[in-house]
Amino acid sequence: MKVIYSLILLSALLVSCTGNENENQSASANQLSGTVKIDGSSTVFPITEAIAEDFAEPNPRVRVTIGVSGTGGGFKKFLASEVDINNASRTIKDSEKKKAQESGLKYIELPVAFDGVSVVVNKANDWVNFLTVDELKKIWSPGSVVKTWKDVRAEWPDKAIKLYGPGADSGTFDYFTHAIMGKAQMSRSDYTKSEDDNILVMGVAGDEASLGYFGFAYYEENKSKLKLVAIKSNKDSSAVLPSSSTISSNEYKPLSRPVFVYINKKSLAKPEVNEFVNYYIDNAARLSKEVGYVPMPQSDYDALRSKLK
Amino acid sequence: MTLKQKRIFLDKIFSYFCRITTYASILILFLLLFHIVKAGASWLDWQLITSFPSRHASKAGIKSGLFGSLYLVAVTIIFSVPIGIGTAIYLQEYAKKNKITQLIKLNISNLAGMPSIIYGLIGLAIFVRFLGFDRSLLAGGLTLALLILPVIIIASQEALAAVPRSLRDAAYALGARQWQVVIFQVLPAALPGIMTGIILAVSRSIGETAPLIIIGALSYAAFIPNGVMDSFTALPIQIYNWASRPQQEFQELAAGGILVLLILLFVLNGIAVFIRQRYQRFS
Repeated sequence: MKVIYSLILLSALLVSCTGNENENQSASANQLSGTVKIDGSSTVFPITEAIAEDFAEPNPRVRVTIGVSGTGGGFKKFLASEVDINNASRTIKDSEKKKAQESGLKYIELPVAFDGVSVVVNKANDWVNFLTVDELKKIWSPGSVVKTWKDVRAEWPDKAIKLYGPGADSGTFDYFTHAIMGKAQMSRSDYTKSEDDNILVMGVAGDEASLGYFGFAYYEENKSKLKLVAIKSNKDSSAVLPSSSTISSNEYKPLSRPVFVYINKKSLAKPEVNEFVNYYIDNAARLSKEVGYVPMPQSDYDALRSKLK
Repeated sequence: MTLKQKRIFLDKIFSYFCRITTYASILILFLLLFHIVKAGASWLDWQLITSFPSRHASKAGIKSGLFGSLYLVAVTIIFSVPIGIGTAIYLQEYAKKNKITQLIKLNISNLAGMPSIIYGLIGLAIFVRFLGFDRSLLAGGLTLALLILPVIIIASQEALAAVPRSLRDAAYALGARQWQVVIFQVLPAALPGIMTGIILAVSRSIGETAPLIIIGALSYAAFIPNGVMDSFTALPIQIYNWASRPQQEFQELAAGGILVLLILLFVLNGIAVFIRQRYQRFS
């Protein structure tokens, strides 16, 4: 019996803790209220989270909720009108476009920042200065015969190459394989995998003959432990190191990409969603930089505003 | 070596072996705790508990996750404990010992070993979509209740089975009906074992992330859920979110969150142990 009493008591306590949310709702009448529902990619999440946090200051009564179901999972909910905005680390697929057409859903696509994938080696590695896309392809292709650094380029030492990269559920993996192999998800599988980029950083930092790739923000935070590798997109082009300027100017090819938010046009009619999207465009440059992404040129953000009309 | 010496020697070896395994697991536990406390202790303060998540590590807190988790535990317990104990009583005390009962028991044991992400998919299909609970606390709590039900049933069944036959016989001899025997004799005697099972099961549910993410729990929520039909985030989701960030401070913050989760577990377990001991004394 006592067990049941304590359980009832515990649940009553919990319910009473939060029952007074509605009391201060009539404080200021001109303020927006309502909910902005967002879902989608974990890559875009930090930017949208930062926007939501700052947006709450002038709009304390608007609730912004962000889920992380991945770009594809987010699009499913977006197309079912379950959410107002989808965070997407790629553009919408044809099959998804078709679904939107069938259900008569209209949407707006806004690129909000750039994300780069950095290729890194150990600090003690003194032989690698740049890699070409073809070399990366040779290293990472399925069934690759590359076992040592010498297999990549004949003048490099005969040391076993240790590979680190994200696992198959990661957007970075999709993006890297698409950019290097030409087809998403195509990759050798005998390398050390982790969905957590921090683990990859530790792996590459602690292994002299290692090579790895992950989001540029993770390199930026661990500069002192890693050596960045410049990328040559083809034989004749020059080797380019990723940096904010080379990523946003698209000189760092092919490993820089824009990230997007998709907005349901119907939701845009709701004043709280409209206000949020405008706030997003106004602050994306500053906040995306703050959380480790590369902002687009200001003129590009200005151009986005015309898309909303 | 004589035969006697050999036997004593083997006996000693065995006791040392057992001692080493115990110390080894305790050592690993303390290493883990030490590591987490070292990283997270400086972040563990009132502000961590009373603030909503933020991109600034110094301003970030776990308020929404903590309340979400407390609500979830409440919903999970309310649904899983009565159903779990009821099922165990039926299977152990009432059901005929035939093939069908055997089959049910076997299936429950199998369910206990199923990966938690599968329960997330079931929750998504049944509670979120079919029953239309949406991504609410109710859907999350029910999913976690499903997840821990098999553990509660098995533990309760074993506790009931361990109650001596003589206790039941004595009660029957005094003219008690079966329900009286079960409610007033068998259940109180089995309660300590049942409580242990519930403690273990509920502790497991608090740490679960995967099924909650599958059913669509939020990763960012700057509010406390407003009832069981509201959307929510949970403590382990917040911790996971921070641990995967590039910035060092957020990894320390994640350790701080883990400490809060551990304290929460200790408190909940403490309450359960307290109830168990009181019950043992009065029964």
